[in-house]
Amino acid sequence: MNAFLSLVRRDVRLATRVGGGGGMAVFFFLIVLSIVPFGIGPDLNLLTRIAPGMLWVALLLSALLTLDRLFQADQEDGTLDLLILAPQPLELTVLAKAVSHWLTTGLPLVIAAPALGLMLNLPLEGMLPLMGAMLVGSPALSLLGAVGAALSVGVRRGGLLISLLVLPFYVPVLIFGVSASRAALVAVPGDLGGQSLLLLGAVSLASLVVGPVGGAAALRVAIK
Amino acid sequence: MGLTVTKLSCVRGERQVFRDLSFRVVPGEMLTLVGPNGSGKSSLLRQLAGLLEVTDGEINLDGASEDQTIADVVLYAGHLDAIKAPLSVSENLSFWAEFYGVSGIQVANALEAFSLGHLGHLPAGVLSAGQKRRLGLSRLALIDRPLWLLDEPTVSLDTASIAALGDLMRAHLNTGGSIIAATHVDLGLEGTRTLDLNSIRGAQA
Repeated sequence: MNAFLSLVRRDVRLATRVGGGGGMAVFFFLIVLSIVPFGIGPDLNLLTRIAPGMLWVALLLSALLTLDRLFQADQEDGTLDLLILAPQPLELTVLAKAVSHWLTTGLPLVIAAPALGLMLNLPLEGMLPLMGAMLVGSPALSLLGAVGAALSVGVRRGGLLISLLVLPFYVPVLIFGVSASRAALVAVPGDLGGQSLLLLGAVSLASLVVGPVGGAAALRVAIK
Repeated sequence: MGLTVTKLSCVRGERQVFRDLSFRVVPGEMLTLVGPNGSGKSSLLRQLAGLLEVTDGEINLDGASEDQTIADVVLYAGHLDAIKAPLSVSENLSFWAEFYGVSGIQVANALEAFSLGHLGHLPAGVLSAGQKRRLGLSRLALIDRPLWLLDEPTVSLDTASIAALGDLMRAHLNTGGSIIAATHVDLGLEGTRTLDLNSIRGAQA
């Protein structure tokens, strides 16, 4: 457990230090969402309708942007070899990497989302369902992304490859996430929002297993 | 901890690097790997550490218990130093102490093994190549593992640091540890054996 926490602590510390690239995802999220209203025009009703979808798409892309460095930075300076040879099971090491990715990417974006929602004319009653859905769904992005990052660890400029590998698996998160976030805004029959949130939680829990196990298996193959 | 290698082969990118390599290392012994660039010294060390696929042959630990794997006994120091530039010198080493389950009190001692104590607060990014190498090697003093695998450990080290490394290695051998190192520098260690990877290939050709 100590080893797990020390790796999370180190990665968060690295991301927040100068040159660590921790702010990249947040700024990308901010840039994308601040240019959307200019592209769409001043139709407030339209902005409200697309706000949850835009926020989720931007969240997905921001998470992808930082994934390629997840294992590659450690591989380039030899750290990955020593992480693999350590007493801690590789699955836990991958989980620790995914947790720190979420802490430095997913969590800041969830916190920033309401402010950016305002720019998209997202009504106040839609803020909490949006943040709730993002909080439940965003861990899945880091966990599933870890598998893609592990598979492409030996590939230079592997970002594109990660996107191709991971995006299909992000689609359920996007669908349930947007559905859960919109329920408060659009009148829908039945309790569609609650069901979507539950399904989103199911996706996150499934990736909690798939991510570490798949990521560790992929790393073992990729380094050899 | 001893190690027995039987008929080990290595293929990299469809090229046969070496073939049918057999040797044995007993506790307290050091084996020096020599050979020209590309003769497979680094590949052999990575295979022994379990970081590179073994296409043919066997690597066995002597006197290991059933559930002990090679990853539990080796300490690998490759040609990369595994140092994070934004972290300070002591933060770098403290992380490895925690990650390998070593008490944090050992960190200061390990830094002193290569006279890095006074640099502890500096970001590792400002260190010179030799100082970075010393920081990487101070893991040898930090983490207690019976089998050391060293890949060109003396690169960019000054004379005093090479002597410090020699002392560290001698102490490790005296306590029953074993070392397999690829190096062309004489570290002044007694009773080391040499394995020339080129002569093996030459004999097969």
